[in-house]
Amino acid sequence: MYDIYRLSMPYTVVAEGIRKSFGGRVVLDGVDLALERGSVLGLLGPNGAGKTTLVRILATLVRPDGGHATIAGHDLAADPVGVRGAISLTGQYAAVDDVLTGRENLEMMAGLLHLPRRTRRDRVAELLAEFGLADAQDRRVGTYSGGMRRRLDLAASMIRRPELLFLDEPTTGLDPRSREQLWHTVRRLAEQDVTILLTTQYLEEADQLADTVAMLTGGQIVARGTPDELKSSLGAEIVRLRFPDVRAWRTALAAGGATRAGATADALIAEDADEQAHTIDIATDGSATRLRALLTAVAATGAATPRVSTHRPSLDDVFLSLIAAAHPAPPPRRAPEPVQ
Amino acid sequence: MSLAYAVTDSRIMITRCLRRSRRDPEAFFTALMLPIMLMLLFVYVFGGELKDSGSYVDYVVPGLIVLCAGFGAGTTAVALAADLAGGIVDRFRSMPIRASSILLGQVAASLTRNLLATALVIGVGLGIGWRPTTSVWRWVGAVAMIVLFILALSWLAAAVGLLAGGPEAANSFTFVLMFLPYVSTAFVPTRTMPAALRGFAENQPFTPIIETMRALWMGHTSTGASLGHEAWIAGVWGVGILALSWAGAAWLFRRRFAA
Repeated sequence: MYDIYRLSMPYTVVAEGIRKSFGGRVVLDGVDLALERGSVLGLLGPNGAGKTTLVRILATLVRPDGGHATIAGHDLAADPVGVRGAISLTGQYAAVDDVLTGRENLEMMAGLLHLPRRTRRDRVAELLAEFGLADAQDRRVGTYSGGMRRRLDLAASMIRRPELLFLDEPTTGLDPRSREQLWHTVRRLAEQDVTILLTTQYLEEADQLADTVAMLTGGQIVARGTPDELKSSLGAEIVRLRFPDVRAWRTALAAGGATRAGATADALIAEDADEQAHTIDIATDGSATRLRALLTAVAATGAATPRVSTHRPSLDDVFLSLIAAAHPAPPPRRAPEPVQ
Repeated sequence: MSLAYAVTDSRIMITRCLRRSRRDPEAFFTALMLPIMLMLLFVYVFGGELKDSGSYVDYVVPGLIVLCAGFGAGTTAVALAADLAGGIVDRFRSMPIRASSILLGQVAASLTRNLLATALVIGVGLGIGWRPTTSVWRWVGAVAMIVLFILALSWLAAAVGLLAGGPEAANSFTFVLMFLPYVSTAFVPTRTMPAALRGFAENQPFTPIIETMRALWMGHTSTGASLGHEAWIAGVWGVGILALSWAGAAWLFRRRFAA
């Protein structure tokens, strides 16, 4: 049965119309998702977009209100036990036992996965070495650093190679070095043909790790593609106008709002705007014609002359522009880049 | 095969819970010291005044067992609530294991911890001059009463742990369980209490449970009722609390994780 599934099913996850509300608040409003075997999908979305809820539904922890899904050939609703046998979940809050040592944690999980006693010890030693925890194996997890905990959490997920690995915000709260290390580990797992569903709020993380990125906002997947496809969807260049003061910034932004309905070539439609820095970002095709039209339009608003810079769109730009489209008012303000 | 897995899962969960309690130095120390300190306190500090017939240690052992079991059950409620607040239960539930083994592990660990505390109370009691019956059958009866009582309290603790919003809330359960024995026949007979308090003390579950042990070990109750009478009421309370708490905990567990 396993082999037939491997041969006939190119998708590890097929989910259709997943819906979930909590107390009248719609969190997921018909999410469709397909994950090819061996691929890494980066699920991006702002806080509260429902990323974790979607992961918890697909990991059998929460029952959806509607929709259906097949994971590794097992129907989510009819055969949750089969699904559990095929997945591993690495959560937002590293799900390991603080009081036990690293080795005891892995041995416990290996026991719960019913690994034969003889192979259990070997497999645990192997994983401890592989995830760089051999030296710390007999220390209590409570004494581990954030990065070590996440690595142990990942190691626990890899005791038996899963068909599908959920990584729910794996690097949230980690320092840059630990994040780099964890990315390295995830890439290694991806090379081993493990299908990975990664949720993150760090666009750089999705850019680094994911083959495909799906953007979840307002309870729906609003965009999907490779990181490059998504970036080029915004045009070739982002023009950033930096105004000398808030008044000029407001004037220009208001002019953009006024023309939003009937957008023309010289439209000032902001992809992103930052009140603090007095900047407005506008997506363009990178042509001189478009830039000239843009500057003419700014001059026509009477706002003080801005400084102009251009850059290639990043996933951040795509992300912010999609959120802006999903929640039209008030104008979005760029969230400070989380630095940890 | 499936049953064998369920047994393995539960055994691993029990090992985990016991390891956790052994490695919590504060809780472990308290759990060990509580029976010893209380025994010495009651017998040597209060006991001199309270003694009316025979040695006070002969009177107080069943009450201390119940008090320590109450403290232990509180620990169980806190431990379960703390587990549920962390991420590890989610990990367990996403694995192909019996979800019920999570509760079973906590309850079995609770039973083990409390039986150890009980053994300690009995040991210290014997050391300072407690002279109970030497009849094996009466001992079997007393131990059966203790096991039933601790099991019932442990499942009650599991239900409380599931119901509580977090470990802090669950902790208030310890307070209630440690307070109840004082308003029973655990430390003094009810005849000196005011009428209202006395009515409560005589009819609350701890009293018949304590009196059953007392009658089995010492040959007489403090209430004047017969062993058979107290044992029957204690049995009904014990089985009743156990059945309700078990069903309640199972229901709460399903409700919490079905939505």
